[in-house]
Amino acid sequence: MRTLFQKIWDAHVVAEPPGAPAVLYIDLHLVHEVTSPQAFAVLAERGLRVRQPGRTVATMDHSLPTRGGYEAADDAGRKQLHLLAANTRANGIPLHDLDSPGRGIVHVIGPEQGHTQPGMTIVCGDSHTSTHGAFGALAFGIGTTEVAHVLATQCVLQRRAKNIEVRIDGRLRPGVTAKDIILALLARIGVGGGTGGVFEYTGEAIRALDMEGRMTICNMSIEGGARAGLVAPDDTTFAYLAGRAHAPQGAAWDQAVAHWRTLPSDPGAAYDRSVVLDASELEPMVTFGTNPGQGMPITGSVPDPAHATDAAGRASLEKALGYMRLAPGQPMLGHPVDVVFLGSCTNSRLTDLRAASRMMDGRRVAPGVRMMVVPGSQAVKAAAEAEGLDRIFLAAGADWRESGCSMCIAMNGDQLAPGQLAVSTSNRNFEGRQGAGGRTVLASPLTAAAAAVTGCITDPRTLMN
Amino acid sequence: MPPQFTTLTARAIVLPHADIDTDQIIPARFLKVTDRQGLAEGLFHAWRRNADGTPRAEFPLNRPEAAGAEILVAGPNFGCGSSREHAPWALLGGGFRAVISPYFADIFRGNALKNGLVPAAIAPEAHAALAAALEQDPALPVTVDLQAGVVRWPGGPNAPFATDPFARDCLLRGVDELGWLLALHPEITAYEHAHAA
Ligand code: SF4
Repeated sequence: MRTLFQKIWDAHVVAEPPGAPAVLYIDLHLVHEVTSPQAFAVLAERGLRVRQPGRTVATMDHSLPTRGGYEAADDAGRKQLHLLAANTRANGIPLHDLDSPGRGIVHVIGPEQGHTQPGMTIVCGDSHTSTHGAFGALAFGIGTTEVAHVLATQCVLQRRAKNIEVRIDGRLRPGVTAKDIILALLARIGVGGGTGGVFEYTGEAIRALDMEGRMTICNMSIEGGARAGLVAPDDTTFAYLAGRAHAPQGAAWDQAVAHWRTLPSDPGAAYDRSVVLDASELEPMVTFGTNPGQGMPITGSVPDPAHATDAAGRASLEKALGYMRLAPGQPMLGHPVDVVFLGSCTNSRLTDLRAASRMMDGRRVAPGVRMMVVPGSQAVKAAAEAEGLDRIFLAAGADWRESGCSMCIAMNGDQLAPGQLAVSTSNRNFEGRQGAGGRTVLASPLTAAAAAVTGCITDPRTLMN
Repeated sequence: MPPQFTTLTARAIVLPHADIDTDQIIPARFLKVTDRQGLAEGLFHAWRRNADGTPRAEFPLNRPEAAGAEILVAGPNFGCGSSREHAPWALLGGGFRAVISPYFADIFRGNALKNGLVPAAIAPEAHAALAAALEQDPALPVTVDLQAGVVRWPGGPNAPFATDPFARDCLLRGVDELGWLLALHPEITAYEHAHAA
């Protein structure tokens, strides 16, 4: 009896030399401009070729401006983008550059184009590679040294992680979303709670989610310290993948599905431990602090460091509240907002944009608030425009941009000014993450839209009919 | 040149906070380099400098006794967040050769080891004792002995830390992991043939 994780692991072990970690074969390697230049340089120095260009896909996302193309980038950013183009060309790796309709955030385009498939091993020099686990793939972030390893050998050295079940029972109530599930989990276990582990999300609430919701949850597994998060593939997964450009077709599709059906954890297979949450008890969540584990139900109040169980916890909480300029006991509801960011590999897909646009339809972004909507990919952008979502956002006074990482990481010029407070659908509220001195409140697309139209942190359920 | 590390005795600086993330170690705007150089400038940038760029005198790395320190003693879950290898590169660029914490985020730990920056995870009690000893005497020489797998300091216990034996061996002997993987070419080819679609 094996778990999903064990099955994928076992199928990818190339060698397990005594005393060494397992040598794990990688089915798909995703590449972007920020974490790859030094890896390509290692190959060039040593005269090595990319072993499997056909298992490698590159895109431009982190440093690329969301308006104005290469010209709008600063010199360093432009150099990085051009270097990715040169490196991928020299090595025969397909690249989605500025002009490619397939361009987008690396974790949005992999699934969208059907590259991401159940049972695969997937890596990228990017911690949110965990996103792809929503398809029942073992997907994790690696450093640049390992990017070079994979380019040259298609393998990484890995010790087998602990396998932690995260079971989400029950059904979500209206206005509560996948983002709220993961923020509630992180508030429960903290940002180190999954260290050394790989999550498998199970339970009724996960089964009921669409693929985009599952991606939102797997995406933030890393915020709990788990390198990867998995959801067992099912009919929802297969329906999403059917007909995608790089998914198998015809007889190969039937064969693939038959194989994918063997992947879910066997009944009774053992996990190292389990965490259980009841979805029906959850509320919309917001963060109040400076890491994604410092979150709370939107109707709650900011915790008091005096109640922390240990000195380190107290010091961290005090520091976080000082940075966020929040007082213990203060409610988050009604707190004024300067910026709303709808985007990032966590929440920039079509269903995210639909949810936010429904709330904004017929409403206006509050005076003094800037709202930026950044689709996760050019394909998401085109699909949203075909449905008229762009017109809803624009009519409301929001800014509608080209795809990219944008204000999630503030490398491309999209950023907060010092002191500004943003409600953001991204994944990290670390100090300065969205711009030096900027303050981030993480929330769902619904909660972000509610903040945009009211100008303050607002329970989205009060605006839903 | 593959990194090498056996043992180090040096001064240490304490950053007591829990969950120090990679965005604090090296903010994203410093990630636009295309080599490994020049990252020390960005190390803990937001904590080290005021908005106008002047140094914050009270930040531990800016204090006079920090000069020449090669060991960082940090709170638990050091290096959480991003997979950016720029974090260990920036720490190495800033002169650090080892970080001591109760535990490390997984990706950071792996990245650090691959660059010869030793992540020494010692028990919380020993960690607290070390931080207290450094508060008494900021010039205390601290030893990180990778060979023996212990951290020690004058008047303190021998605080053991575990390191992945393979990574440890590579560091002690200066073995190049990429070269080691490349030598598995026959095994990798066999795997590819067996799994060809
Ligand atoms: S959107 Fe944000 S988290 Fe996602 S890949 Fe880009 S920078 Fe990383």
